[in-house]
Amino acid sequence: MTDHRPNLELRGVAKRFSGNDGDVVAVDGVDLVARDGEFVSLIGPSGCGKSTLFNIAAGLEEVSGGHVLINGEELRDRLGASAYMPQHDALLDWRRVIDNVGLSLELQGVRRDEARRRALPLLQRFGLGEFTRAWPWQLSGGMRQRVAFLRTVIADRPLLLLDEPFGALDGITRADLQQWLNQVWSEVGATVLLVTHDISEAVFLSDRIYVMSPRPGRITAIIDVDLPRPRTAAQKEDARFLAVEQRLRHELNAAINAWGEFAGRQP
Amino acid sequence: MSALARTDDALAEAVGTAPPASPLASTPGPSPAGRRRGFGRRVRTVVPPLLVIAAVLALWQLLVTVRHVDPQLLPGPNLIAHSTWDDRVNIWPAIGVTTEEAVLGMALAVIVGVVFAVSIDSFRPVRGSLYPIIVASQTVPIIALAPLVLVWWGFGLVPKIVLVALFSFFPISVGLVQGLASSDPDAMNLLRTMRANRFQLLRRVRFPSALPHFFTGLKISVTYAYSAAIVAEFVGAQQGLGVYMTTAIRAAPIRTDLVLGAVFVIAILTLALFAIVGLIERLAMPWRPKP
Repeated sequence: MTDHRPNLELRGVAKRFSGNDGDVVAVDGVDLVARDGEFVSLIGPSGCGKSTLFNIAAGLEEVSGGHVLINGEELRDRLGASAYMPQHDALLDWRRVIDNVGLSLELQGVRRDEARRRALPLLQRFGLGEFTRAWPWQLSGGMRQRVAFLRTVIADRPLLLLDEPFGALDGITRADLQQWLNQVWSEVGATVLLVTHDISEAVFLSDRIYVMSPRPGRITAIIDVDLPRPRTAAQKEDARFLAVEQRLRHELNAAINAWGEFAGRQP
Repeated sequence: MSALARTDDALAEAVGTAPPASPLASTPGPSPAGRRRGFGRRVRTVVPPLLVIAAVLALWQLLVTVRHVDPQLLPGPNLIAHSTWDDRVNIWPAIGVTTEEAVLGMALAVIVGVVFAVSIDSFRPVRGSLYPIIVASQTVPIIALAPLVLVWWGFGLVPKIVLVALFSFFPISVGLVQGLASSDPDAMNLLRTMRANRFQLLRRVRFPSALPHFFTGLKISVTYAYSAAIVAEFVGAQQGLGVYMTTAIRAAPIRTDLVLGAVFVIAILTLALFAIVGLIERLAMPWRPKP
């Protein structure tokens, strides 16, 4: 499945925001690669700039330095080159589930009935068949995230960007959705960049995890998750799984502490 | 989907499309039971205010009868109803004239209000200059402008429509400006990553999410419509409810019963207009949970 062609590549990416007290460096010198069909996660404490990096990848923000390559090309306008799933589901209240899923098609000029015709099998295949006609307010948080994810998948982009998709869900629903996401992903086979702050989630889903430290956001560790696929919930009890989790926790603490010492030295 | 992935979350939802544990859980569904509940709720919301009104009218009638109040000073509800009914050949055409002014005036108010709101929202320099001007315009006593509006547009239908619009456009504009500013930034970003253009953003996200605010403004506006039309008629008109009231006041002896009858008619007409706007609101936003 993996042919090692980089789908998304960040080279020395930096982002500065100008504030009242001079410039703030949000991310600095970030190198990151997501190859074709890989599931890559970006993990770090809140405020480490992972969302900034993510918006850069999506084309919502420009870099202050470095290069962003999508399928080997540095595009002037990256909007639309990848499919994006924002932190909150951002479902449109005035569209039924099926029309929320087909939104990107309609924006490309596909007629609504055609968009529905293409959204329906997707909904049915991934367990949302009975909710196609429902309005978003009728769905639970977990169901809304499923709809939002299928909306991301239908655009048929080789690269999916998921920004903390399960951050607002309770633990049980989240575990359920991770498994669901795992299944859908293995079937659609896109490259995924996932932003998360959940250690277990990152290990369970990823092929590779980038650990970020805050202020400025830098990659402090890269962890390869060499666990067999398809992954199941039972693996979370596995010694190898726990070992990766432990290593990740260790790296994450190191990233946070490094910043703590750095901040502690500030006057 | 595997059986494993289907935990309580999905199962709970499979029971019905209505959210199981939300305050909306008792929302009337398509089931007969739901319809009965909806009817029961409607009865519960309509009956108490009607009872209060009935009690006030009864007390009024009682006082007027017991104290032998001069009907030219304050007629009882009974007399008002009878006199107004007896005079229906006169009040009926007046209702038509004033309703036409009020409805056309509201239509103009909606057009003006939407144009202002969209211009304020679309062009940054306009937002800075136009919005304060519109707010300041509301400090001008519009009633005082009524004679001028008549001077400018004559005594026909146009000045009435203009006055109704002057009274009514402001809440529409403010509501819509606020609504357009309140669209979900996540949804906007999402559509941008789908390469939506400005027009698509407006149509697919910003207008639909502004609709509730717009209708809030419109509902406030619509309560001014009849009053504004009548003020315009007071200043100069040949027919309409305002003229009807002026005539009743100038009659010898004064017909207080007919004046108050007209007041009640205007109140009922305003309520009807309000209800129509509420109906349009429901039809325009079918995605909202039924009240």
